[in-house]
Amino acid sequence: MKRMILAALAVALVSSTASAQQMNVKIGVLTDMSSLYADVTGPGSVAAARMAAADFMKDNPNVKIEVISGDHQNKADIGTNIANQWYDVEKVDLIIDVPNSGVALAVNEVTRAKNKVFIGSGPASSDLTGAKCSPNTVHWTYDTWMLANGTGKAIVKTGGDTWFFLTSDYAFGHALERDTAAVVEKNGGKVLGKVRHPINTNDFSSFLLQAQSSKAKVIGLANAGGDTINSIKQASEFGIVKGGQSLAGLLVFASDIVSLGLPTAQGLIFTETWYWDQNDANRAWTKRWMTERKATDKVPTMNMAGVYAGTLHYLKAISALKNKDDGKAVVAKMKEIPTDDPLFGKGTIRPDGRKLHPAYLYEVKKPSESKYFGDLYKVRATIPADEAFRPLKEGNCPLVSG
Amino acid sequence: MFEIFGIPSTALFGQLLIGLINGSFYALLSLGLAVIFGMLNIINFTHGAQYMLGAFTAYLLLQKTGLGYWPALIIAPIIVGTIGMIIERTMLQWLYKLDHLYGLLLTFGLALIIEGVIRNYYGSAGQPYTMPDSLRGGQNLGFMFLPNYRAWVILASLIVCFGTWFVIERTRLGAYLRAATENPQLVRAFGINVPRMITLTYGFGVALAAFAGVMAAPIYNVSPQMGAELIIVVFAVVVIGGMGSILGAVVTGFGLGVIEGLTKVFFPEASNTVIFIIMAIVLLVRPAGLFGRRA
Repeated sequence: MKRMILAALAVALVSSTASAQQMNVKIGVLTDMSSLYADVTGPGSVAAARMAAADFMKDNPNVKIEVISGDHQNKADIGTNIANQWYDVEKVDLIIDVPNSGVALAVNEVTRAKNKVFIGSGPASSDLTGAKCSPNTVHWTYDTWMLANGTGKAIVKTGGDTWFFLTSDYAFGHALERDTAAVVEKNGGKVLGKVRHPINTNDFSSFLLQAQSSKAKVIGLANAGGDTINSIKQASEFGIVKGGQSLAGLLVFASDIVSLGLPTAQGLIFTETWYWDQNDANRAWTKRWMTERKATDKVPTMNMAGVYAGTLHYLKAISALKNKDDGKAVVAKMKEIPTDDPLFGKGTIRPDGRKLHPAYLYEVKKPSESKYFGDLYKVRATIPADEAFRPLKEGNCPLVSG
Repeated sequence: MFEIFGIPSTALFGQLLIGLINGSFYALLSLGLAVIFGMLNIINFTHGAQYMLGAFTAYLLLQKTGLGYWPALIIAPIIVGTIGMIIERTMLQWLYKLDHLYGLLLTFGLALIIEGVIRNYYGSAGQPYTMPDSLRGGQNLGFMFLPNYRAWVILASLIVCFGTWFVIERTRLGAYLRAATENPQLVRAFGINVPRMITLTYGFGVALAAFAGVMAAPIYNVSPQMGAELIIVVFAVVVIGGMGSILGAVVTGFGLGVIEGLTKVFFPEASNTVIFIIMAIVLLVRPAGLFGRRA
């Protein structure tokens, strides 16, 4: 009898502490659901966030996580409205993903003002951890500095020392071109010329012809999405690669390569931080992702992996802190505890909010080398975490003293 | 080699030729729009989506049935044209007597729906479509490398444009059509089935868009938004040429392609604005368009 009472007491005690620690978390995936970045992020990112939530809840039944999603349509004003609405009315604790640097910089400010947490996985601009860095923001997957440095340096070192840029004529393209040109020149290369094309250009033949007549060894594509796909497709048609010039994609995702097809994309060199077929952990995760996303004809991109890993690390931080309301404190905790997840492995978050992990230089396989659907890349080089991203001091982030 | 405005003449010839190729697409698309507007008085904003459907139909024919580029060039326009005729029968035919604005709103809404549905199933990144082997490779013209496929684009576009112009302006069928637009009651009195003729005309205009879509599939990204990006430019072409003028659409299509091509050399940043600047000037000087008849 005595034992039964003790057991009952113990059960009561455990359940009461459990209910005391019960935490409800709401995560908002703010992304592009319907336009040019929808395959790079979009529904795939939402699936990744759901997977992270499910994995965390399995081990921590006292945390209840709800994942919602919104479409910012690549417009900063719409993104800002949704962020405000989510923080004020929906009581969202974390906004994650946010492709499109313009929208991400806007959400960065809203999050700072409301003292919540923002993890950028989709945006490219290195300003998020530079001049515009915030104590409430973590920039996870990649940035323009890393892309420029990874691809630019590797190509110059292997003999591609004269460059011509095809640049998308807006802030992102200019930044990418500027950063890459600096890397090329620093490593002894030369920029022979550039042409700035309007965003969403259909026909690149005219620009490609200019690139061709420049006689540069490398044509750098400082553009994204459909513009990159169109330039690569038409470069192949105009025999640019066959003529001895090579293409450097400065921002290319796995979904772009699937869309281009290997016959067109083969030989393309670019930098990413994650590839689904790189190791067993990534492959196992991708299998689950395909079920969650209900798509066997798509492969996940590094942005989606970043959403998964970022969400997981955020959840670890709030459960270590046992509090989720003070965004600054949560991000400080995220920086304090080392990151460790199945996709990016062990890593850290720097004081400026930059997540550090290795980057990889990939080359697209020839059709004959590809054995199964999604067998796209081979690794040309690994760039260690401490070299992959801009040195802390060069970013001019006000959070970093000295 | 001599130079023109600091650009080597070889480069300039290359750009002129490329402008002509892009002009071929503008001409094909604006031709369809001009036929539909001229004969039905409908501003067909679905045209871009129908162009995209043409490209996607070609892609699906290849994926699902293994039918390649050449059969697709015939089959895709027929399929998309039929869808167009269903749209005309079920929706558009009620709007002929109303203001142009109603047709514009309906077709614009339809375009958004069609693009949304395709995006839902196929995503936004686009689908691969390879070029037929017979058109691979290219010729070195001395001043530029001309891919065979681009040469084929110019040729096919010229044939289709001339054929359409000839049928509408120079044959008995075309005369009936033009008469039916002017005075449907009278033409009916001669025992001609005017509604059926109108339906077929719309179907033909849509088929032209789908044809352009198949032509575009091997060289442009086959994505749901491919039409939306092009349609605005094509509308500008039609306005400059004169709404409803077949000859105007074809000539301005090619002409503006060339002007755009030259802009890409001298001031690339303005290359997608230049057409609208010309449109504004033409509207100021000749509101009916270069080849339009004054109402």
